[in-house]
Amino acid sequence: MKWDEFFVTGEPMIYAAMVSIVVVSLAIPIALTYFKKWNWLWMNWLTTVDHKKIGVMYILSALLMLFRGGVDALLMRGQTAIPDNGLLDGQHYNEIFTTHGVIMILFMAMPFIIGLMNVVIPLQIGARDVAFPRLNAISFWLFFAGAMLFNISFVIGGSPDAGWSAYFPLASLEFSPTVGNNYYSLALQIAGIGTLLTGINFLVTILKMRAPGMTLMKMPMFTWSVLITNVIIVFAFPVLTVALALMTLDRQFGTQFFAMQSGGMDMLWANLFWVWGHPEVYIVILPAFGIYSEIISAFARKNLYGYKSMVVSMVAISLLSFVVWAHHFYTMGHGVMVNSVFSITTMAIAIPTGVKIFNWLFTLRKGKISFTTPMLYSLAFIPIFTIGGVTGVMLAMASADYQYHNTMFLVAHFHYVLIPGTVFAVIAGFHFWFPKVFGFMLNEKLGKLSFWFITISFNVTFFPLFILGLNGMTRRMYTYSESTGYGPLNMLSMVGAVGLAIGFIILVYNIYWSVRYSPRDIDQDPWDARSLEWSTHSPVPEYNFALIPTVNKLDAHWFAKKEGKPLATGKYEPIHMPNNSGLPVIMGALFFFWGFFMVFSWWIPAIVFGVLILGTLAYRSFEKDHGRYISVEEIERTENALRGAQHEN
Amino acid sequence: MKQLFPAQHVMGFLFSLLLSLVALVAVLFDLSFTAGMTILVVTALVQAGLQLFLFMHVKENAESKTLYLNILYALFVGLVTIFGTLFAMRWGYMVK
Repeated sequence: MKWDEFFVTGEPMIYAAMVSIVVVSLAIPIALTYFKKWNWLWMNWLTTVDHKKIGVMYILSALLMLFRGGVDALLMRGQTAIPDNGLLDGQHYNEIFTTHGVIMILFMAMPFIIGLMNVVIPLQIGARDVAFPRLNAISFWLFFAGAMLFNISFVIGGSPDAGWSAYFPLASLEFSPTVGNNYYSLALQIAGIGTLLTGINFLVTILKMRAPGMTLMKMPMFTWSVLITNVIIVFAFPVLTVALALMTLDRQFGTQFFAMQSGGMDMLWANLFWVWGHPEVYIVILPAFGIYSEIISAFARKNLYGYKSMVVSMVAISLLSFVVWAHHFYTMGHGVMVNSVFSITTMAIAIPTGVKIFNWLFTLRKGKISFTTPMLYSLAFIPIFTIGGVTGVMLAMASADYQYHNTMFLVAHFHYVLIPGTVFAVIAGFHFWFPKVFGFMLNEKLGKLSFWFITISFNVTFFPLFILGLNGMTRRMYTYSESTGYGPLNMLSMVGAVGLAIGFIILVYNIYWSVRYSPRDIDQDPWDARSLEWSTHSPVPEYNFALIPTVNKLDAHWFAKKEGKPLATGKYEPIHMPNNSGLPVIMGALFFFWGFFMVFSWWIPAIVFGVLILGTLAYRSFEKDHGRYISVEEIERTENALRGAQHEN
Repeated sequence: MKQLFPAQHVMGFLFSLLLSLVALVAVLFDLSFTAGMTILVVTALVQAGLQLFLFMHVKENAESKTLYLNILYALFVGLVTIFGTLFAMRWGYMVK
């Protein structure tokens, strides 16, 4: 391989990206050295096993990836805004829609959701950390290694260009000879292992570490949604692991699993991809449903309507999510029987989802609604998501799908599901739980301004795509001639995309503004909310709860407030906490380099790093680490320094 | 003596060895495909059950209900994935 193949060359935009990468990677260490922050970074963040800090790192990475994926989106909309545009060439456009999809789903939506899980779940169930804190740090660093590996592909070696679903035979070595799809298989593999570990970790946390008295049916709805999500993760991600391993074998070791001859089957990739891929959709949407349930009941000042039916419908969705995958490729050769079966299972999902929509509406009914920023996102979610759901039922009808398949109608549909479903939810959750983590609130005025920008622009961006799709514009076409008549609506969509970008810039500016100017004198429960996380201090001390609360009903914190009774009484006792560890971040770095050398099939360094990874596992097996105790005096000192805990001694 | 010699477990261990030997029949003798597969599937199921109940103590756990539910869910997902794939990609593929 020559150097001009190693680096991506010939594109001014990519040269600019290279310069900015070099500048940033020089600026960070220089700034850390200048401000003498290395030690602070290592002790407080890189080696932390604290679920709150890991959550914050997940969310920061997600925001970074939102920026990357957003720039991709703007470039795509810019390219298609006018007919016969030359902003991007065909190859560059292919790479950008591929990385946009992968980054937004796996490196933006997933970490944002997992970040909120990390921050909220232990607090919501009255626990002091997750079940396996060290494993949690490993999850994060594996995700981060995978994300970084995927992102360097656009300057080193070339990005994957076969779509985010990487269908064979297009993604095979024969038709995608660059290393791009090696990045795809290896980066997703590394990040996927991290996600699988998260799934196991949170499953155990929720099943084993709930506060005394909190039976399953007294858990907050977000905890329920996360429990079910993690069940889906544990059962769906192994399929991705296997499929990606087969892809690596096919592309780099000469096997023929997805080949078109020699007994291979190219469509098997699409099949396996969606066996994982459809449950994945519910992995990012169910926690969002949980977030909305929390926010809607908090700001309607009512308990959640139909708690049991909410749980039952989520369990139903989790089972149904595994039996619908073939609806992603109705037009690719199935017989009538297969399409009929998958049509029916797909339409059946609309039933539990509809139950949830009605439950939210009934929660709102006769509520004293306060229109805060998180509540605005939740209210906007209901009608917009319903449009996404209804068009989903249209797509679910196999015979009609022959008309919609791979058109912009489909693109509009899944953006109408995923943006109000997931993106609005994580932004709403971000505003909602921000004061819990940092002890001050995000500015409401700026929050609402960005809400209106994002919501209106979202519709301006994506609604025209429904019409374009019905007019016959297919997805992933990098340009079109003027005679097709697609120009004006695409231009409208571009205007909306710019509006979305402005909305997100206001959101980021809001974080900056609030860090500098937002008042710090809030108490621990600024929204007057309902679940346990609001019963401890803001910001939350390292050990979460000085005394573990006892729960006797749903929304115990709310009733404790109304009755003026503390949730926890007793004497402080020394608290057992896990020690920090540098091993997870080192493992992340080793996995990154292992992945990088694997991508280029440079076997010797890949083997060296593989052995080093095994070495860290061996080291861990012999390590004696029994954690540490926080003394009663230290707890007292911390508790007195913080405000507003809701318990007595 | 009973504590020193866990009869049930020793018997279970011998029985699991026996099952493995029976499974060997499928390759040692010249059986038809169906007969071989039947032997393999039956011995595998009995073996899995033996391991689960005797050596992994599913029954003796305080939360065995959760475990059963978990196993059922795993079976559901596994079977759906395998037979669903066969259904979509083999039996129902390219059929008009």
